[in-house]
Amino acid sequence: MAVQEAELAVPVHEHEEHPKHQKLVIIAWSGDLDKVWPQMILATTGAAMGMQTTLFFTFWGLFSLVKSEKHITGENWMQRMVAMMDRPGMEHLKLGKMNFAGAGPVMMKKLAKEHNVASPGELLEMARDLGVNLVPCQMTMDLLGLKREDMIDGLGEPVGATTMLMEAQDAITLFI
Amino acid sequence: MNMQIARTLDLKGLSCPLPIVKTAQAMRELGSGELVEALATDPGAVADFRAWCTSTKNELVEQTEADGVYRFVIRKK
Repeated sequence: MAVQEAELAVPVHEHEEHPKHQKLVIIAWSGDLDKVWPQMILATTGAAMGMQTTLFFTFWGLFSLVKSEKHITGENWMQRMVAMMDRPGMEHLKLGKMNFAGAGPVMMKKLAKEHNVASPGELLEMARDLGVNLVPCQMTMDLLGLKREDMIDGLGEPVGATTMLMEAQDAITLFI
Repeated sequence: MNMQIARTLDLKGLSCPLPIVKTAQAMRELGSGELVEALATDPGAVADFRAWCTSTKNELVEQTEADGVYRFVIRKK
């Protein structure tokens, strides 16, 4: 652990010479638990560092913004089938690898609890508290037939790719 | 120098990014120049607190370690 820390430690003086990036834009594209977790970790950390932080939720990334108690979302049969096959909501995310019909996520969450690692849901709550902009993609909402009442509170107005790329122009941009 | 601690944060046992995130949350309630004491056990917190103080311009006044507990004293910008 100590060796790893020494190798990973960033020389602090380098930050002082390059203070330019004060904005962080994360394109949250994946709805896999293994990717939503770092989305939330980096967003809360960016905001804690005083960076103006935006999470743009698009495609499967939008699943983590759907209320976990929602069973079926969508307006037509195909949208509803998609929600049935792949239930949205932060509590129902699957692992991209080693999901094993839900056993994988259960074990990961248990390990996380034992090691005092905050869950993605807890981190999302902290992100909201720290003023992270949580912005849903309008196109994906239409595609999946998601309505505002299907989704958690505290979200920004749904926008499109242009708005997000404008926001990203002078920001560190991550695609996760 | 006046070293009165305004608030102590017990971050022992917490993993990344919680020590930093919880410190940032707590800092909002402090006034400029006030001192916060953060106690953490995550070895990664040593580099993280240094980087965080550099980027937020809060001053890392003191950093010590005893029995596996890292203690950071930070003065709010």
